Amino acid sequence: MAAPTAERAPAARTEELAPAKKGKVGSSLLTVLAWIVGIGFFFPILWMVLTAFKQEADAYTSPPKLFFTPTLEQFRTVFDAGIGPYLLNSLFATVVSTILVLALATPAAFAVSLRPVKKVQDVLFFFISTKMLPVVAAIVPIYVVVNNVGMLDNIWTLIILYTAMNLPIAVWMMRSFFQEVPKELLEAASMDGASLARSLREVVLPVISPGMAATALICVIFAWNEFFFAVNLTAARAATVPVFLVGFITSEGLYFAKLCAAATLAALPVVIAGWIAQNKLVQGLSFGAVK
Amino acid sequence: MAEVEFDQASRIYTAGAKPAVNRLDLEIEDGEFVVLVGPSGSGKSTALRMLAGLEEIDGGQIRIGGRNMVGVPSRDRDIAMVFQNYALYPNKTVGENMAFPLKMRGVPKEERASKVRAAAEILGLSEYLDRKPRALSGGQRQRVAMGRAIVREPQVFLMDEPLSNLDAKMRVSTRTEIAAMQRRLGVTTVYVTHDQVEAMTMGDRVALLKDGELQQFATPAELYDQPANAFVAGFIGSPAMNLFTLPVSEQGVRMGSSELALPRSLRSRISDAGLSTVQLGIRPEQWTVGADGNGSGVKAQVDVVEELGSDAFLYAHLDDGEQTPVVVRTSGRSGARRGDQIALTPTSEDLHLFDPSTGERV
Repeated sequence: MAAPTAERAPAARTEELAPAKKGKVGSSLLTVLAWIVGIGFFFPILWMVLTAFKQEADAYTSPPKLFFTPTLEQFRTVFDAGIGPYLLNSLFATVVSTILVLALATPAAFAVSLRPVKKVQDVLFFFISTKMLPVVAAIVPIYVVVNNVGMLDNIWTLIILYTAMNLPIAVWMMRSFFQEVPKELLEAASMDGASLARSLREVVLPVISPGMAATALICVIFAWNEFFFAVNLTAARAATVPVFLVGFITSEGLYFAKLCAAATLAALPVVIAGWIAQNKLVQGLSFGAVK
Repeated sequence: MAEVEFDQASRIYTAGAKPAVNRLDLEIEDGEFVVLVGPSGSGKSTALRMLAGLEEIDGGQIRIGGRNMVGVPSRDRDIAMVFQNYALYPNKTVGENMAFPLKMRGVPKEERASKVRAAAEILGLSEYLDRKPRALSGGQRQRVAMGRAIVREPQVFLMDEPLSNLDAKMRVSTRTEIAAMQRRLGVTTVYVTHDQVEAMTMGDRVALLKDGELQQFATPAELYDQPANAFVAGFIGSPAMNLFTLPVSEQGVRMGSSELALPRSLRSRISDAGLSTVQLGIRPEQWTVGADGNGSGVKAQVDVVEELGSDAFLYAHLDDGEQTPVVVRTSGRSGARRGDQIALTPTSEDLHLFDPSTGERV
């Protein structure tokens, strides 16, 4: 639709411009506010990263030292303390649970969007209702069940729980992406002779891949950061990075710099995952084929 | 290639409610170009989607090449469809889009490539084969959608308002291209539009639908010259036919204060039907305009003059006490102006008569 788009684009631009001109003061105020909020969010992270490179003694100064001799000592301590297996556990639980979630959520989301099953609203409510009970309230029965089947301190226990925990959110997210897909694409594929499975694989999934990336990122973040299940259901063998982090908090001695180094290491994979997914995310969901 | 039959085909969305398509009967011949036309909600798109296998057939049958299609999935019907928004696969190139139906049917790669090249040649898309749909203009996308339909030589083409997203000029040129291509390929085509000009210019025959019911299925000329009922008469033709409900008099009908004499053939049709009032249809070109005061003719006052160059349309109202609107076509530069008093006389003997209670042609 070259002609209509070309007509629409300048119109939209003037619409954006007009209020911006009128509210110039308001918009600069908003910009300042946005910067303050942005810095407010970023500062603790900056502080964490800086502290990770400090000596313990430097970490406790008030006001915090901005200029100091950086050291990798804290990172060495963290690795000496054996973060390795914890990182591997976290990685394994995160990756496997995310793959499982996507594998289950994609067909489920399809069934509640493009080809809706009966009572779709009820199904959707059921999914989201599983997030309503506080995890704390469920931990005792979960513990009992896990204990009875002999799966305490087992990484697969976490994988199952993380999958269950992320599945409802993933179904809801994927559903919204599926709904953006024009149903004519599926109809065209079926007229062209594709089976449902093939039209999903060849036509729909490439279209919603940015949405899948976003969903995967959310699942990765939630699973990677999960603490409550991990601390209650694992011990030495299956424990994940958040559990390891807490191990650094001691009642005596200095631990701020060490803790920050470990936290920086723990945050790094999520930042990397977000950075990788970003390219896919900004592709957005604008489809060239429909108007 | 095949003939297509709708045999009492119905689509009922909610039990008890009025069917979206009600007992539709159409026999479309092999190689024919048939246009389904009607206002929105007439069921024309639903009928097409039933043929496509995208809607259930709740009653009756639809046959393609004599084979009953009830329960047959779209992909086994050997039909191709061009959608209103084209429904191109956004992640595939133009070439891949056009090759997709062949790929799904297991056509070998080299054959696919040569067929796609041939179709692209016909449609003038050769240099765009490696582009993604989003890098194409609306007209080009439309042609890719056509290309995807023609590469695999289906038995039937279905087109659902394929021109409605194009600008006016492009619509006219593409209209001719589609009609020419259909005649060259000789593939049975069912085309849906709400635009009666498209219907009249493209179709071998036109099926006019309203509220899920078939009103008339005939050639464009028949539809124009012998509309089956008042609805058809009003829908086909632009500007629309003038329709007046008038009391029957001795010499013809009474139009306000004056009497409009009708030829004997028409008078006998009225008396045969035993009507005391009749709906009279006069097309805008079936009037002659005289200056007021000639004595004969129906008096009217011009409200608006639409000067189109080759001809002009006068929008006037009758001096019948009810200001009944009337449209008249005259030659261009007739000199008529707003406020002019004119006298109108029907020129033709082929005026249209309808029963006012049923709307049926008399």
